[in-house]
Amino acid sequence: MRGDQWLDRSAGPVVRPYALTGGRTRPTGETIDLLALVSSTGATVDELLLEPEYVAVIRQCRQPKPVADLASDLDLPLGVVRILLSDMREHGLVMIRQPARNRLTDPKLLKDVADALRKL
Amino acid sequence: MPYANSDQDAVADGPVSIKILIAGGFGAGKTTLVASVSEIKPLRTEEALSEPSVLVDTLDGVEDKTTTTVAMDFGRITVRDDLVVYLFGTPGQHRFWFMWDELALGALGAVVMADTRRLADSFPSVDYFERRGLPFVVAVNCFDGAKRYHAETVRAALDLTAGIPVVLCDARQRTSSRDVLVTLVEYAIRLISDSEVMTPG
Repeated sequence: MRGDQWLDRSAGPVVRPYALTGGRTRPTGETIDLLALVSSTGATVDELLLEPEYVAVIRQCRQPKPVADLASDLDLPLGVVRILLSDMREHGLVMIRQPARNRLTDPKLLKDVADALRKL
Repeated sequence: MPYANSDQDAVADGPVSIKILIAGGFGAGKTTLVASVSEIKPLRTEEALSEPSVLVDTLDGVEDKTTTTVAMDFGRITVRDDLVVYLFGTPGQHRFWFMWDELALGALGAVVMADTRRLADSFPSVDYFERRGLPFVVAVNCFDGAKRYHAETVRAALDLTAGIPVVLCDARQRTSSRDVLVTLVEYAIRLISDSEVMTPG
């Protein structure tokens, strides 16, 4: 019935991504928001010694990029990306900035959003 | 400016992200709305899930749980270089409720998609956002062949608090989906200015 509608099978295997995380299913440290901005620190690294996924994150995040965009572009599940990012943060490879919540109550900003949406 | 996470994370300013949730029952048109109004991107999430039918009381760790991936509706609308609206479809099944809290955190508001043929399917979303105090609008997706109702009839059937906007839409139409989002943003602005009036200083 409804359960069959979910894409559990067609969404692909999860074993490989979790091999990448060493079998862990939870990141360390605080929860990384879906829209937290990730940017590469520019630390000098030998890319040959890094997992290809680390290298991909570093390349993708030369400009700050939200976690959800990153997961989508890397085609990796969100949970896997969060674990990667928490590891990479520990190693000084990326910086992660949580979104500023207080901006949501700025009426001027929201009016800009409404105006822009109207033009879509 | 203080940020929740300040451990030397002084990143150059990226764009401001605004998060809007798209909720509603299965088949109510969440995916259609996200696709019609935004640049959609594939996004998978996954969680360790317990099997509700077995071992309910004996689960004591992740090792006893299964992991599943879920495809999420995810779209972005670039408003300006420095301003991006993100749409996230909320997973419709009760076993994914735990994800809603995270999705709702910091969200501007939500659209609850309703199908008049299965109006009860939108009750859980309405309840959730009311309890959580997150601004939301109800978008009645006008499916071909479904009986048309007035917005007020739907409002009464959903027992909505006065003031919560109810709009009729065709989620396949970009302009119609856009208008739903505009309604939500304007409603959020109204709530903010109302609360500023009520709390002087």
